[in-house]
Amino acid sequence: MRRRRKDERLARVAHVVRDGRIETKDATTVLQALLEPGDRVCLEGNNQKQADFLSRSLAAVDPAFVHDLHLLISVIGRPEHIALFERGIASHVDFSYSGPQSLRLAQQVADGRVRVGAIHTYLELFARYFVDLTPDVALVAADEADADGNLYTGPNTEETPTICEATAFRDGIVIAQVNRLVERCTRVDIPGDWVDLVVVADKPYYIEPLFTRDPELIDDVQILMAMLVVRGIYERHRVRSLNHGIGFDTAAIELILPTYGERLGLRGEVCTHWVLNPHPTLIPAIESGWVRSVHCYGGELGMERYVAARSDVFFTGRDGSLRSNRAFCQAAGLYATDLFIGSTLQMDRDANSSTATLGRIAGFGGAPNLGSDPRGRRHSTQAWLEMTSSDEEVRRGRKIVVQLVETFQESGIPTFVERLDAVELGRGAGFPIAPVMIYGDDVTHVVTEEGIAYLYRARDLDERRAALAAIAGVTPIGLRASEPQTQDLRAAGVVAFPEDLGVRRNEANRTLLAARSVRELVQWSGGLYDPPKRFRSW
Amino acid sequence: MIETLTYEYPASQGVQQRAHVGVVASGNCEILLEPAADGSASIVVRTSVTGFGTTWQAVLKRFFARNPVAVRIEINDFGATPAVVALRLEQALESAL
Repeated sequence: MRRRRKDERLARVAHVVRDGRIETKDATTVLQALLEPGDRVCLEGNNQKQADFLSRSLAAVDPAFVHDLHLLISVIGRPEHIALFERGIASHVDFSYSGPQSLRLAQQVADGRVRVGAIHTYLELFARYFVDLTPDVALVAADEADADGNLYTGPNTEETPTICEATAFRDGIVIAQVNRLVERCTRVDIPGDWVDLVVVADKPYYIEPLFTRDPELIDDVQILMAMLVVRGIYERHRVRSLNHGIGFDTAAIELILPTYGERLGLRGEVCTHWVLNPHPTLIPAIESGWVRSVHCYGGELGMERYVAARSDVFFTGRDGSLRSNRAFCQAAGLYATDLFIGSTLQMDRDANSSTATLGRIAGFGGAPNLGSDPRGRRHSTQAWLEMTSSDEEVRRGRKIVVQLVETFQESGIPTFVERLDAVELGRGAGFPIAPVMIYGDDVTHVVTEEGIAYLYRARDLDERRAALAAIAGVTPIGLRASEPQTQDLRAAGVVAFPEDLGVRRNEANRTLLAARSVRELVQWSGGLYDPPKRFRSW
Repeated sequence: MIETLTYEYPASQGVQQRAHVGVVASGNCEILLEPAADGSASIVVRTSVTGFGTTWQAVLKRFFARNPVAVRIEINDFGATPAVVALRLEQALESAL
């Protein structure tokens, strides 16, 4: 039945398709003829790589013929994604993240133009492609296609294999936009018999340098917090495998490993195996011999030559270029790392956190997955086992989940709040649950500029809340802390201030950064890192 | 528009020397600290961001509750967060002891 439907659809476009190729100018015509109202369409809107030619072509179809599509997309990142809802082409969406379009998405939901199925974490959304959200049509992006339809995706393979697998093997239709046709692909990332139609895009796919943080912008507070993390968490628990979120605070950690971490004698002892995009700020640690391996969700603009030259560290193809894979990397981050560390905009007294704020439906990408304890884990490491105090014969360890936040946001708004905006946002949008990024009961440590709350050591809920309040500064939550109780918690090792960890605040300055600018990152890389123009100040 | 705020706290401990930390730059603040003789701490805040008097008071009250030092402090603020202010205060104190 599904196969017959697929054949019928392809027959409808046979007159404009030759050898599986669509002419660039015919893309919209083909989409309009292929698609049927209500179809589930998986549009490759990755964290970074965007099938933007196909999304623009889709936004141009006539809604009289193609309407009420169910859009499956991990990242709602482009203006034309919103145009699909505005024009009535799609009216239902399941997604993971909508950062740049979060405001407009909230508006579309409020206006009743689009219904949100759920906001997923990446791995969860991919999983549903194989259960109840299998695509009828997938629109993906690649660098090269050959005559047999084999695809090369360059360093940004990301989720192309996952989408193609879910679609192709359930008799869906896979359409790939490519930057160019070649005689022979540089590397085969997607076998040609998974791909039905290929179209050369009007311009190369859009890609966002999402993981580049300019060391110039790292401040002393972030360096202080980085020192706290290295001493109070990485060193203490011997954290070997880990993931870092995107942010200046985690970039600061990466940049003090070769200086501060080296002085503590931690090279080779901690931070050896990473699940991480190729962050330019990791270059000094790699060059100093800290890093044994890095598996990546996606690539990063400008890191291509550096990664190719460091194939001992990164996963690369025979051609030398990075092979990334978001699904495998998310699985690795879930099951095979000791620690996740990331940041948030709001945290309540129980350490629930969310980046959803009023008027924005932003989603969370990978954080809910990486920042959770996988209860199916069965291999142990020192760090994992240290999270349990049980001495029972049968016991399990726990993933270290760290939230790294300053007590106030730059605008003077407290990070620690009585109630997450997510609660009201969820209610207003009619979601059955509030969009929480990381649930408090998964969080083992919270780090602020005031110190570390070792939440996993708290004996009960009251002590847990007191520990969090003790490091929440002068926010409404922090002002509730009682000084005598805070002293008791410090004595019991549930809270640590910088002086308790031997961290000197006067050392918290930019001289501790192994690289203080993008230019110094280029120097560390031996000229192999080629930063995008906007990060070049020289 | 610069707002000037003044605060005073009781103090029982002395410091050795003057200290100067931070810079007047966006999101940052400069702190000048000098020993005071009279057993109290007095602070003058000049800030480019108005309306955060209670936050300043909370940050300073907490600092002097933990560190009852007899000092005269001048803070020139250009939109520093409480985190930055607290760090600069601690740094100034570490340098002055």
